Amino acid sequence: MYSDRVMDHFTNPRNVGEIPDANGVGEVGNARCGDIMKMWIKVENNVITDIKFKTFGCGAAIATSSMITEMAKGKTLEEAEQITNQQVAEALEGLPPVKMHCSNLAADALTAAIADYKKRAAGTSA
Amino acid sequence: MKRIYMDHAATTPVRPEVLEAMLPYFSAEFGNPSSVYSWGRSARKALEGARDQVAALLGASPNEIVFTAGGSEGANLAIKGVAWADQNRGRHIITSAIEHHAVLDTVLWLETQGFEVTILPVDEYGLVSPAQVEAALRPDTILVSIMHANNEVGTIQPISEIGAIVRRHGARFHTDAVQTAGSLDLKVDALNVDLLSISAHKFYGPKGVGALYVRKGVRLSPHIHGGGQEKRRRSGTENVAGIVGLAKAFELAQAERETEVPRLTRLRDRLIEGLQRIPNTRVNGSLDSRLPGNVNVCFEYIEGESLLLNLDLRGIAASSGSACTSGSLDPSHVLLAMGLSHEIAHGSLRLTLGRDNTEEDVDFVLQEIPGIVERLRSMSPLYQG
Ligand SMILES: Cc1ncc(COP(=O)(O)O)c(C=O)c1O
Ligand SMILES: [Zn+2]
Repeated sequence: MYSDRVMDHFTNPRNVGEIPDANGVGEVGNARCGDIMKMWIKVENNVITDIKFKTFGCGAAIATSSMITEMAKGKTLEEAEQITNQQVAEALEGLPPVKMHCSNLAADALTAAIADYKKRAAGTSA
Repeated sequence: MKRIYMDHAATTPVRPEVLEAMLPYFSAEFGNPSSVYSWGRSARKALEGARDQVAALLGASPNEIVFTAGGSEGANLAIKGVAWADQNRGRHIITSAIEHHAVLDTVLWLETQGFEVTILPVDEYGLVSPAQVEAALRPDTILVSIMHANNEVGTIQPISEIGAIVRRHGARFHTDAVQTAGSLDLKVDALNVDLLSISAHKFYGPKGVGALYVRKGVRLSPHIHGGGQEKRRRSGTENVAGIVGLAKAFELAQAERETEVPRLTRLRDRLIEGLQRIPNTRVNGSLDSRLPGNVNVCFEYIEGESLLLNLDLRGIAASSGSACTSGSLDPSHVLLAMGLSHEIAHGSLRLTLGRDNTEEDVDFVLQEIPGIVERLRSMSPLYQG
C-alpha cells in the first residue's frame, strides 16, 4: 500500500522528539479523527535551525511528519511556509488516495508552528 | 522471516482435506446439477449430500438450507427476504448497534425504503440485553436480527434467550453466525432462531460460499431471480465445488470443537494476560462470554494502523478498528457503541487465533508488542510517560 520511501520514513522517522527551548510550537488534528501532529521549531535569524515532531497517527501521518521536518530544516521562514502537503506527498513518492486526510496535516502543523513563532516574536518586540 | 497469521476472524486458509474434497467438482465432475445425464446427476448428488451434511450439523432438515455466495449474501437474503415477504404484516425491524455492516447497512437501506428500524444499544462489554429486545418489540415488528458473536470483540450474545422472546411476540429472528460456525454449537432449535447465516471462509473453507438456514414456514422473497434453483429462493447454477467445501469444512470444524475450543481458549487467555501487563491497556469485550480465538485490546496514546504496520514488519498479521485502517474518519462502530472514546478506539488491536497458531506464536507476539507500543508512545504527543 505504501511506497518504499513512506515505509523508510515510517520505520526510521527523522527528527522525532521535542525541542525544550523551541520558539515556535504548532499542533494540528485531533484524536477524534485519529491523527495529531505536534511540531517544535527553533528559529534563528529567520532560519529554521532545528525542528522536531511528535505524531499520534497512522503510517502516512508519521511519514509525512518526518518528511516535512527534513524539508523544512535550514529553510527561511518564507521558504518553509511555501511547502505544501502536495510537495510532501511527492517527496514520499506518493500516498494512497484514502490517506489524503492524514497527509494533509504535515504542512498545517509546520505553518502553525511558524505562526506561533511569529506571534511570540511580535509579542516580545511590542 | 517466520510469518504469524493472527487474523482468523478476517478469513482462514482452506484446509487440505477441504480442498481435496472440492477438487473433483472443478474438472472430472463438472456437471450442472440441473442436468439429467450422469455428469449432472453426480453433481446433484454432491450438492444434496452437502445439504444433508449442513442440515444435520444445524439440526435442521435439508430443505431448510439455502446455499449462498457468503455471509453478506446470507444476511441480505434473510433480512430483505423477510422484510419483503412480510411487509403486509408490519414494517418494523430491530437490530443491534454492533452488527457487521452486512446486517447493519441492509437494515439501514430498508429504512430508506419505508421500513422502521430500531437499533439497540449494547453495554460496555458489547452485550445486547434480552430485556431491551423485549421492550423494543411492537405488534408490527416483523424481524429481529442479532449476531451470534461479534467479529471485532468476540462477545457472544444470549441468542437462545432473545430468540425465545422474539418468538413469543410472533416476529422472525435471524442471527449472523458467521463468526461462530467454526467454534460454537449451532443447533437451530436450541438457539431459537428462524434464520441463521454462515460463511465457509471463516472456518477453513473457500471464500464466496455460505449457507442460510430458513425455518420451515418462514416466507422469503428471493432477490436473485432466474432458473429457480434452491427451491426458488436463490437462482443461479450452484457453486458445487464451493458448497462441497463448505460442508466438509463445517463438518470438520464441528467435529473438532471439543479439542480445538479449549486449546484456543488457553492461547487466548495467555495472550490477553500478557498484553494486560502493558501499562494503559484495556481489554475490549466480555471476558466471560467470548469467542475462543478473539483478543481485542486498546493501547492508549497510539494509533492502530501504525501498530499494524510495525507488526507486519515483524511478520505478524493482525487487524485494528482505527479509522486509518477503515478508510473513514471514524474508528470502529462496535467500539464506539461500547462507549469507548474516539481517542481510545483508534488504538485498538484485534488478534484472532486459529488452527495454525501455537503457544510459541503467542509468546513471540507477546515478546514483540511491548517494544512496538513503547516506541510509538514515545513518538506520541498524547503520551506524557
Ligand atoms: C460477523 C460477520 N458477518 C458477515 C460477514 C460477511 O461475510 P462474507 O465475507 O462471507 O460476505 C463477516 C465477514 O467479514 C462477519 O465477520
Ligand atoms: Zn491516518
